[in-house]
Amino acid sequence: MSATESLKPTTAGLMDAASGTSKPRNMGQILRWLVLFFGGILMVMPIIYMISTSLKWPHEVYNVNLIPDEPTIENYTYVLEDGRFYMWFINSAIIATATTISNLLFDSLVGYTLCKFKFPGRTLVFIAILSTLMIPTEMLVIPWYLMSQQFGWLDSYWGIMFPGLMTGFGTFLMKQFFESVPDDFIEAARIDGLNELQIWWTVAMPLVKPALAALAIFVFLGNWTAFLWPLIVTNSTEMYTIPVGLSGFGDEADVAWELIMTGAAISTLPTLIFFLIFQRFIIRGVVMAGLKG
Amino acid sequence: MANLSLKNLVKAYGATEVLHSINLDVEDGEFVVFVGPSGCGKSTTLRMIAGLEEVTGGSIVIGDREVNNLEPKDRDIAMVFQNYAIYPHMTVKKNIAFGLRSSKLPKAEKEQRILEVAGILGMEDLLERKPDALSGGQRQRVAIGRAMVRDPAVFLFDEPLSNLDAQLRTQMRLEIKKLHQRVGSTIIFVTHDQVEAMTMADRIVIMKDGHIQQVGTPDEVYRNPANAFVAQFVGAPSMNMIAGTYDGTQVALSSGQTLDLQRGAAAGTDILLGVRPDDLHPVADNAIVEGKVAVREPLGPETLIYVDTPSGEVVAKADGRRPPEVGEVVKLGAATDDLHLFDAKTGQVVS
Repeated sequence: MSATESLKPTTAGLMDAASGTSKPRNMGQILRWLVLFFGGILMVMPIIYMISTSLKWPHEVYNVNLIPDEPTIENYTYVLEDGRFYMWFINSAIIATATTISNLLFDSLVGYTLCKFKFPGRTLVFIAILSTLMIPTEMLVIPWYLMSQQFGWLDSYWGIMFPGLMTGFGTFLMKQFFESVPDDFIEAARIDGLNELQIWWTVAMPLVKPALAALAIFVFLGNWTAFLWPLIVTNSTEMYTIPVGLSGFGDEADVAWELIMTGAAISTLPTLIFFLIFQRFIIRGVVMAGLKG
Repeated sequence: MANLSLKNLVKAYGATEVLHSINLDVEDGEFVVFVGPSGCGKSTTLRMIAGLEEVTGGSIVIGDREVNNLEPKDRDIAMVFQNYAIYPHMTVKKNIAFGLRSSKLPKAEKEQRILEVAGILGMEDLLERKPDALSGGQRQRVAIGRAMVRDPAVFLFDEPLSNLDAQLRTQMRLEIKKLHQRVGSTIIFVTHDQVEAMTMADRIVIMKDGHIQQVGTPDEVYRNPANAFVAQFVGAPSMNMIAGTYDGTQVALSSGQTLDLQRGAAAGTDILLGVRPDDLHPVADNAIVEGKVAVREPLGPETLIYVDTPSGEVVAKADGRRPPEVGEVVKLGAATDDLHLFDAKTGQVVS
């Protein structure tokens, strides 16, 4: 906090020097607000357009005006009455939740092991895990598909979930956070008679809650919005997730943008709620990560 | 409670031996302090006793069991760490109770013990607090409570006071000592602070470079240091060492001054004459060294004077009321009994 505060005058000073007006302090302030204002507009625009489109009649969709001429909630009624949307919603919820829990458990277990235990080949394992971050998903999709085909996982929850049950990123993140847990805690617990698994669960995990919350948000959002892999691995409408399902609204001749946007607007809600619940942790998590440097 | 003995204890990391054949017997109920400069192996020894470091050679016996290959939890020990290691996500009560997790006592009895320990440490009204709402001293007390609640055979303290401010440190020092007198358990206490060692210990173990230099009561190590290292490590300001030669009856200092001194035979003729600042005072005659006062440090009852002599700078104590002025030439002398003679090569005492 104090670092930010001490930076403020300096930044303002720089701004003042650049603007060179007689009221430098105010000018700097205005400039900063302007930058933030346009940044904010840029971020919010797509969301506003999404909501705006979801309130338009089909004939008006390609009209760029922000406020619909004749606003309607017809699209919402249609999407919510269409049974498929619930199905996809449940699919997405199950997949995102299961994947999140799996990541929280296994990423932290591996991260903890890599961080707190010394064994031959530790660095090698860590580098191997890190190197998976450098392979783009697009490259992995075909091997994943062939694998799913071999094992009979096509068009199933397991098929959609398995590539993301553990991530190199999550493991790396957790390892870094476990570095901040002093060894004394672990040794004290060892003396107090806990076994290694108990130490991980009762001592180490509660100490990295901010990191777990951050990871939960990343994984949940990532899986909730995942499109490419679920599209490839699923065949039947019953197995679609929301993004895959929404893309199929409309028919061959015409994409029903107003319906897609309506579905998207509704599907944003859970992620918003999820984020609101965990945000105080994620902010702390980011701050902690920053402090560790 | 039990006695503890270390027999030919060795620790090596790869080819580097850091602890060379440590032998020590600690009696039941004794308060033993390991002291030495950083890197001397004191913490390593403690961690080996705790079971946090593997034993390379030799054995550790607690009570009548060799514990070399036992898990920490099976050794019947408890440890207090330098940065307390109390869990921030648990209340004080849960933290203390954590020490009893693996115990098979009935629940009511556990509760009883927790309250008892909280009572001894004066923390009854803090039990529901989280550690972040505690002061440094209170946190340290919780850590001690967690160790006490297990009623272990041996308590291990790893520099537990070094994170506290000076005033609190003095206070906790006293509290730990009182606690020991009250519960009477065997305590091994590691510190790098010789004042802590002197004030708390029944016996002090002074270590350097993985070797024990001397084991003795605070009085023994202060009055009769076994070697020049111990002599200079114990006591503040540290002992003056004046180079000279010794022929069995007489010490000749480099300044040309001679002293009659009857001690045993030294290995060589080069010696160091040791004299504590507390024992060295301005005198009218029979001086050991002579020089000009360079700096004065008034301490109240006494004033420390730093004197430039032909044998280098020497620290002495003068009366606080009438200390010599800076620049004044003073003669410094000490009682023959307060002079220590060390072999210049080996550092061993010549007695």
